[in-house]
Amino acid sequence: MPVEEIDIDALKKKAVQYRREILETITEAGSGHPGGSLSAVEIFIALYDYKMNHKSDDPKWEDRDRLIVSKGHISPVTYVTLANCGYFPKEELKGFRKFGRILQGHVHIKVPGVEFNTGSLGHGLSVANGIAMGAKLLKKDFKTYCIMGDGEIQEGSVWEAAMSAAHFKLDNVCAIVDYNKVQENGPVSEIKGLEPLADKFRSFGFETREVIGHNLKQLIIALDEFGTIKDKPFAIIAHTIKGKGISFMEGEKSWHGKAPNGDQLKEALKELAPEE
Amino acid sequence: MSEKIPTRDGFGKELVELGRENDKIVVVSADLEDATRAEYFKKEFPDRFFSVGIAEQDMVGMAAGLSMQGFVVFINSFAAFLTNRAYDMLRLDLCYNDCNVKVICSHGGVTVGQDGASAQCLEDFAIMRALPNMKVVCPCDDFEARKATRAFAREIGPMYMSTSRAPLPVLTKADDKFIIGKANVLREGKDVTIIACGVMVAEAMAAAERLAKDDIEAKVVNMHTIKPIDEEMIIACAKETGSIVTAEEHQITAGLGSAVAEVLVKNCPVPVEMIGVNDSFGESGSPEELLSKFNLKDVNIVEAAKKVIERAAGV
Repeated sequence: MPVEEIDIDALKKKAVQYRREILETITEAGSGHPGGSLSAVEIFIALYDYKMNHKSDDPKWEDRDRLIVSKGHISPVTYVTLANCGYFPKEELKGFRKFGRILQGHVHIKVPGVEFNTGSLGHGLSVANGIAMGAKLLKKDFKTYCIMGDGEIQEGSVWEAAMSAAHFKLDNVCAIVDYNKVQENGPVSEIKGLEPLADKFRSFGFETREVIGHNLKQLIIALDEFGTIKDKPFAIIAHTIKGKGISFMEGEKSWHGKAPNGDQLKEALKELAPEE
Repeated sequence: MSEKIPTRDGFGKELVELGRENDKIVVVSADLEDATRAEYFKKEFPDRFFSVGIAEQDMVGMAAGLSMQGFVVFINSFAAFLTNRAYDMLRLDLCYNDCNVKVICSHGGVTVGQDGASAQCLEDFAIMRALPNMKVVCPCDDFEARKATRAFAREIGPMYMSTSRAPLPVLTKADDKFIIGKANVLREGKDVTIIACGVMVAEAMAAAERLAKDDIEAKVVNMHTIKPIDEEMIIACAKETGSIVTAEEHQITAGLGSAVAEVLVKNCPVPVEMIGVNDSFGESGSPEELLSKFNLKDVNIVEAAKKVIERAAGV
C-alpha cells in the first residue's frame, strides 16, 4: 500500500493507546521497563500494522515474517502489540511478570507471537541471520526483523553478527536500532558513544536509513525500501526518545527499568496525546 | 590393540555419512573445522557449510536461527573457546530456547598437548552439565564417536560432545549398543568399579589389568554420557563393588566424578576417589608427559583403587 493511502492518524491514535496500555501493564506488575518500551511503540506499529505478514490466529504460519526482539526487556510493548493484534486476550496483560502466568518478564516463546526467548543483550541479530539464512536455503520469501537497543549494540557479538549479515548477503534481514540515547546508567554518548552510528552500519555493509522513530510515515517509507535492495542487509536507525510521551520519563535513565506508582500512572495518562 | 584414532576423526567421518542421508543437516563453523574434522563435511557439502569466521558467539546464534527453520545444525570449535567464550549464547540461545543444535568440541583435556593451557579445556563438563536441556557426551573411541554423532543427529535438542585430538585405542566393538544416558560395562570385576570417560577409559582398562596382577578385580564402566548420567548403573556398581574410582581428563570440580558422587550420596553412599585435574591449568608437552604430570595415568588409578578399597573396608 502506498504510504499516502495509509491512515496515519489512526495509527497515531493507536500509539497513544499502546502507550497507555504499556504504562498500565507495568504499573499493575509493579516492575518492568517503560523507557525503552515507550520509545519503540511506533516501530512496533509500523511492523505489525503495516509491514509484516503475520496471522494472529496462526502464530506459527510458516510464511510469516519473523521479529526477534533482541532487547528482551521491552516485553511491555511487545506484549501490548501482540495482544492488540489478537495473539492472546488483552486480559492476560494483567498477568505480566506474575507467577504462573505466561507473560514472562523478558519476552518468551510461551507467549503466542513471540519467536525467541531473549533478555541477555547482543543475541538477536545472529539468530535473525540464522533464520534468514534458513529461509534462503528453503527458498522462502519471508523477511526477518531484529529490534535492538542502542546500549545493546555496545555488545561485541552484535558486530560479529553484522559482519555475517553482510558476508552472507542476507538481504532478507532488517536490523532496527531503537536509538533512544539513554541506557541503564545514563546517556549512551557518555557511557560509550555509538557515533557515527549510521556510518558504522554502512561500513559493515548494510544499506542504512536514518529516521525519526516516532514518525510513522518515515518508518513506513524506510521499511518499504527494505526488500528492494538486493544482496545487502538493511538497517534502520530510528532516532527516538526514551520514555516518549511522558514528560517526566523522557530522557530519564531512572525510567529504564522501574514501574510508575498509581499517582504517577494517573499523571502520565493525562499527558498522552497523538503525536503531531 | 589395533590402530589408534582420535575421536574427532570419528565425528568427522560420521557427519559426512549423515549428510548424505539427511539434507537438513547443516554445519556452522568458526574457522577451526580443519582441527575438529567438520571440514570433511565442508568438502562434500559446501552449500550446507557456513563459516562465520572467528566468531563463536555468532556461530551459536546463527545455528539457533537455522534450527528454527527445521535444520539439524552442527557447530564446532575447540572446547576451550566455544564453551567458555560463547557460554551465554549456549545457555540462552540453545538451552533456554531448546534449539536442535549439536555442539561438537575437539581438544578436550591435557592431551591436546603442545598448544598448552589456553587450548586445553578442563572445565567443559562442569559448565555444560549445569545447563538445563543440555546433554553431555564424551566418547572413548572411534566407534563410539561415530555412534554418538549419529545419535546426536537423531535426537532432538541441544547436545554437547567433547572429542579428542589425541589418537585413542579402539576399545568398543562396531556392534556394541550406544544409547545416550546408558553406560557400558567394558570389564567385569567385584572389588572396585572404575567409572571413566573419553581418554581415561583406556587408562582405566590398563589400570584394571595392573590391579588384576595384585588379585584385585576391577569393574570398568565407560560413562560416555555425563548428562543425563546413568544413575541405575552407578547405584548397581556401588552395591556390587562397594567402592568407586572416577577418572576424567577434566577438573575434579563439577565434572564426571562430581556427577557420579551426586548420585551416590543420594542413593548409596560408598567411598569414592576421583582422578582428574586438581584445580590447575595445563601446560605444553606431549599427551603422555601431561597425563603423567597431572596424575591421570593408569598407575594413578591403581593407587586410587587400592586406597578406596581400604576406605570401604574401614582399614
